Amino acid sequence: MSDKPETRRIVIEPVTRVEGHGKVTILLDDEAKVKQARLHIVEFRGFERFIQGRPFWELPVLVQRLCGICPVSHHLAAAKAVDGIVGVDTLTPTALKMRLLMHHGQFLQSHALHFFHLSSPDLLFGFDADVSERNVIGVAAKYPELARQGILLRKYGQEIIKATAGKKIHGTGAIPGGVNKNLSLEERDQLLSEIDQIMEWARGAVALAKGYTLEHLDDLSGFGSFDSNHLSIVRSDGAYDIYDGGLRARDAEGNIIFDHVENEKYDEYLAEEVRSWTYMKFPFIKEIGPEAGWYRVGPLARVNNCDFFDTPEAEKERKEFKSLTDDKPNNITMAYHWTRMIELLHSVEKIQELLNDSDLQGEDLVVTGKRRDEAVGIIEAPRGTLFHHYRVNEDDQVTMANLIVSTTSNNEPMNRAVQKVAEDYLSGVPEITEGLLNRVEVAIRAYDPCLSCATHAMGQMPLIVELMDQQGRIVDRKIKG
Amino acid sequence: MRQVSQQVLLLCYGNPGRLDDGLGAAFAEALEGSALPGVTVEADYQLTVEDATSIAEHPVVIFVDAAVRGSEPFFCRSVEPKPTISFSSHSVEPENLLALAQKMFGAQSQAYALGIRGYQFDDFGESLSPKAQENLAAAIQFLVPVLRRSNAIEITAALDALNVQGDDNGV
Repeated sequence: MSDKPETRRIVIEPVTRVEGHGKVTILLDDEAKVKQARLHIVEFRGFERFIQGRPFWELPVLVQRLCGICPVSHHLAAAKAVDGIVGVDTLTPTALKMRLLMHHGQFLQSHALHFFHLSSPDLLFGFDADVSERNVIGVAAKYPELARQGILLRKYGQEIIKATAGKKIHGTGAIPGGVNKNLSLEERDQLLSEIDQIMEWARGAVALAKGYTLEHLDDLSGFGSFDSNHLSIVRSDGAYDIYDGGLRARDAEGNIIFDHVENEKYDEYLAEEVRSWTYMKFPFIKEIGPEAGWYRVGPLARVNNCDFFDTPEAEKERKEFKSLTDDKPNNITMAYHWTRMIELLHSVEKIQELLNDSDLQGEDLVVTGKRRDEAVGIIEAPRGTLFHHYRVNEDDQVTMANLIVSTTSNNEPMNRAVQKVAEDYLSGVPEITEGLLNRVEVAIRAYDPCLSCATHAMGQMPLIVELMDQQGRIVDRKIKG
Repeated sequence: MRQVSQQVLLLCYGNPGRLDDGLGAAFAEALEGSALPGVTVEADYQLTVEDATSIAEHPVVIFVDAAVRGSEPFFCRSVEPKPTISFSSHSVEPENLLALAQKMFGAQSQAYALGIRGYQFDDFGESLSPKAQENLAAAIQFLVPVLRRSNAIEITAALDALNVQGDDNGV
């Protein structure tokens, strides 16, 4: 028998029959100390190739096939890029506000789903609670009003998307240079009739996330946390903006790395590193380099990055959030939840503002411009900054597409979160319990990663946990769910 | 004239940009033109939690999706409510959704899963494989006459009769 320490590998893998899933491998040595922890997100590759040769005007509809959970984000990012191709830099007020309404509807439904139905079981019952209770049905049983609010908040967001984008599949609201419909008075009145209730629930959601974070601050401060840079777009005056603005990056202390970078110049400031063990790339800030230039995106980065919200309630909440760190960036991974709910509140405020704006009933929907061959569209998707970059030929066919999705930007932060949690909780323990494994998932879930899971045919398998020895032999196997 | 109440909800889901994963959407598209009285057809990329509210409004719910394994050309099985835990927010299983609908909105729906067997999922593309198209046609041929039956009892009896014929390997 060899004297060399034996290495064991734990694999947490939701097995799906298509590419596009997450897997965590934790390598333990013979003393059960964590040697290495990695998150592998297997991207479904080939989409950029799929759209090459297609007419550029199809892009806003075509790209929705990328992700079944956030088609609106891809729809809008592609539409912004296609606006550039048709030479349009400024939309009509009606077109811009219809897109904004759609975008905030998407934020509302996405954030509500994540917080109420994915994360709340962990927060309400605790990371170690029995899995039979720690799920959305458990929340529905013990906190029925909360579960109901989550569903109805999300439903309201979906109604906004339907009113602005059309159908759930193949939504067509945004077209090159504008939109294809305005908001009818009937649609507006229907949505306005519910807004006061929605606002009340949004306030409650912020209070819940804030209260949880503050109550558990000692535990959460170190949980999967680390200093990082933060990246997002901001409006020209520094305001929080999810649809339009220049790129801003701050370091962990809050110093500006770059600011108001034009969308078209993103690749002068950002690059992507390839690592041998995963297909997913690791974006970084060129000026700093791959070792220290990686960054976070998403709610935490956006709230850390912006100078202010242009709505009163979200701004009040932002100030309270930033006061916790003396106005410096907050680097607590679990603070994603709090910032996500501040964003949800802001979206409801913006929805109310937009619904009361008569521009939404305007008839001037599309503008035209002088055709270009290349354009970049950058927006903030619920999970973070989303880049769409296209080149087209004289026959209007797409010849190049480069997409950087938010989960790719958060690749390094999620890996760091997994490593930190594994080291803190899994090292030296005699048995890897469900609660311990769940801590790894909790850290990943805080980022709300998109696992390219647009396919969900029946036959999908549950989460599988495998314990392997150094030779790759499975010595233990658990099926979750 | 008697108002036909909505008896059946068809929740069809899948991504038409991922080859045979588009079977659910193709099924919805085919039925939308059938003008079946008392039948609501919904199509989406995925099941989502707010579908629980629609479920509660219908005595019979049929989840229609592509199946990666199981009986050909399709299977039909009953769905029992069951709480499940998910790694991400990106999917909800029919069992979970039914449990949510019961718990939150008092749903008393009888639910079924119609899994239409597909074969190609591992690429982007907007067409169904020839065999999947055949299976889709068979599923339509089976379900449309069932949905034309006059009430929920007759519809569920027909679905229950098929329930024993198919399986999807325990999913």
